[in-house]
Amino acid sequence: MSVLVDDDTRVVVQGITGGEGEFHAGQMIEYGTNVVAGAVPGRGGEEVHGVPVYDTVSRAAEAENADASVVLVPPAFAADALFEALDSPVDLVVAITEGIPAQDMAKVYKRLSETDTHLIGPNCPGVITPGEAKLGILPGNIFSSGNVGLISRSGTLTYQVVDNLTDRGLGQTTAIGIGGDPIIGTDFVDALSLFEDDPATDAIVMCGEIGGSDEEEAAEYIDANMDTPVAGFIAGRTAPPGKRMGHAGAIVSGSGAGTAESKIEALSEAGVPVGDTPEEVADNVEELL
Amino acid sequence: MRLHEYQAKEVFAEAGLPTPDAELAESTDEVLAAADSIGYPVAVKAQVHVGGRGKAGGIELVESDDEARAAADSILGMDLKGYTVERVLVEAAVDFVDELYVGVTMDRGEGKPVAMVSSEGGVNIEEVAEENPEAIAREHVDPAFGMHPYQARRAVYDAGVEDDVASDVAGVLSTLYDLWADSDAEDTEVNPVMVTSDREVVCADAVMNIDDDALFRHPDLAEMEEAAAEDDLEAKANEYGFDYVRLEGNVGIIGNGAGLVMTTLDLVDYYGGAPANFLDIGGGAKAERVANALDMVFSDENVDSVVFNIFGGITRGDEVAQGINDAIAQFDELPKPIVVRLAGTNAEEGMEILNTDALDVEETLEGAVQRAVEHAGGEGQ
Repeated sequence: MSVLVDDDTRVVVQGITGGEGEFHAGQMIEYGTNVVAGAVPGRGGEEVHGVPVYDTVSRAAEAENADASVVLVPPAFAADALFEALDSPVDLVVAITEGIPAQDMAKVYKRLSETDTHLIGPNCPGVITPGEAKLGILPGNIFSSGNVGLISRSGTLTYQVVDNLTDRGLGQTTAIGIGGDPIIGTDFVDALSLFEDDPATDAIVMCGEIGGSDEEEAAEYIDANMDTPVAGFIAGRTAPPGKRMGHAGAIVSGSGAGTAESKIEALSEAGVPVGDTPEEVADNVEELL
Repeated sequence: MRLHEYQAKEVFAEAGLPTPDAELAESTDEVLAAADSIGYPVAVKAQVHVGGRGKAGGIELVESDDEARAAADSILGMDLKGYTVERVLVEAAVDFVDELYVGVTMDRGEGKPVAMVSSEGGVNIEEVAEENPEAIAREHVDPAFGMHPYQARRAVYDAGVEDDVASDVAGVLSTLYDLWADSDAEDTEVNPVMVTSDREVVCADAVMNIDDDALFRHPDLAEMEEAAAEDDLEAKANEYGFDYVRLEGNVGIIGNGAGLVMTTLDLVDYYGGAPANFLDIGGGAKAERVANALDMVFSDENVDSVVFNIFGGITRGDEVAQGINDAIAQFDELPKPIVVRLAGTNAEEGMEILNTDALDVEETLEGAVQRAVEHAGGEGQ
């Protein structure tokens, strides 16, 4: 079992004719992902890796019966690509693009709230169900199939923690890189609830980092709603405070929130063991299982 | 990208916000000439990118040539939290009876813009937010519609702004919101908005931060970017386009992806060492970028060892290995020991080409960090 994606997922790649789009579509196909179409305005009728390209996401979804989209479109055009995906009949949109202007994302987020679509990202490594499908740029070879769900705000930290898990024989149901941008689609709470409902997921790893209050909210949610045990990790304990924090931003979030201490404390209080190192996270998962 | 106060005030004035008469000055003579043309009393305000300028002695109110000369002499050239003051804004002093706070920013938790007004302006508004959050009226805005005029009015009345100036303050808030939206700002703020004894409203300060990711559609604002007087290393990092933060320790850290680099810092600390820097080479780095990163870290004389931690996803291990080889080829002997840990995409290919004679290669993150800490004379474990 898995959440969000499996070997039935039929994927459209938006931006498949670009450098990143073409490379990673190839990697996804090689991994076994069911990539059924590409979507690039003005490039309909072409083929990339043997996959037909359509001018619009709607046409791609309709012609190939696609139900998910991966967005590998440059930042200046990414918001438009996301609006298009949300306005077509796909249930899942995975936005890899880094550097989308925050105000664009606020508008996308608003539109997202009016749909039933899951948006993962932006600025994320994607979603993978090991052995079945990967939607994004994650290196497939480090993952293995198993009963641990993984949620992370950071791409490379995801890889590190997965490596520690896989090394230990702790395979994964699905790993979700939710992305580290200020405004994202699926957040920790959404992803936790997906895993909570997945009978194949027996433990969850949640990798957070400094900034924002998503981890604190996740801790509250875990405490109140979760039976599946969760192990945590928080990056940035030694980061210097306030380096990028805008003045008004600090007023909104309050100066105490967002620190590693605040997140670790909240998670610990919710019964989530927080490892000091990725190795310790794997130790904790072993104990929870 | 943060605009200087004088730049933000120009943008605000063009948008029709009431700002005091002001001139930029770079010398004592220019300060005196500006004060003369504006008329005393004036405020002499340091133009550097730091908060709390007033408390740190970077803003002085002067009423005569002698006082202006003394203020100019003390502020120009002064060191304000690590930044040298090269310019001051000479601005007509406002005779005020009330100070308000007005600002617009993104509430990331809500995924929406938020407009804020407080009648407790002129002070450290972050402290107000912490100790008395009800003193700040907040209005969330639907980004698709923009702020409706009634929302600006509601925020102003909720904040307890006095009736006779409420409409003017609501006007300031509306304009700040439009500026925020039109310029892809992270925040637009005025603290304080001053209310004069004749019940006029004046923007006595101006803060404007633009979203770097959106600068591509604001070439006019991008042009305003001025290299701040940061230290040499941070200037170099800007040139190379790295996310770099200088720290106090002696273990240099290079990695890919903010989360992994932060984790590497945390582990250095955990194993008894002290990180010298945060350096994220970003995703998909090619050989030249890797070589630049090493050059950066070697330029910091506090660095006693370097840990290179790469977990390739979009970044390819062979590219990174080539970059490391290129960077160390210029040395007969490495100035400082380098520990490399290479995993993920094309890591095996990378390990094959990596010049392992000159480098310490470790298989695990934990092992690499411990080695680097030992090299730097830390405890290890």
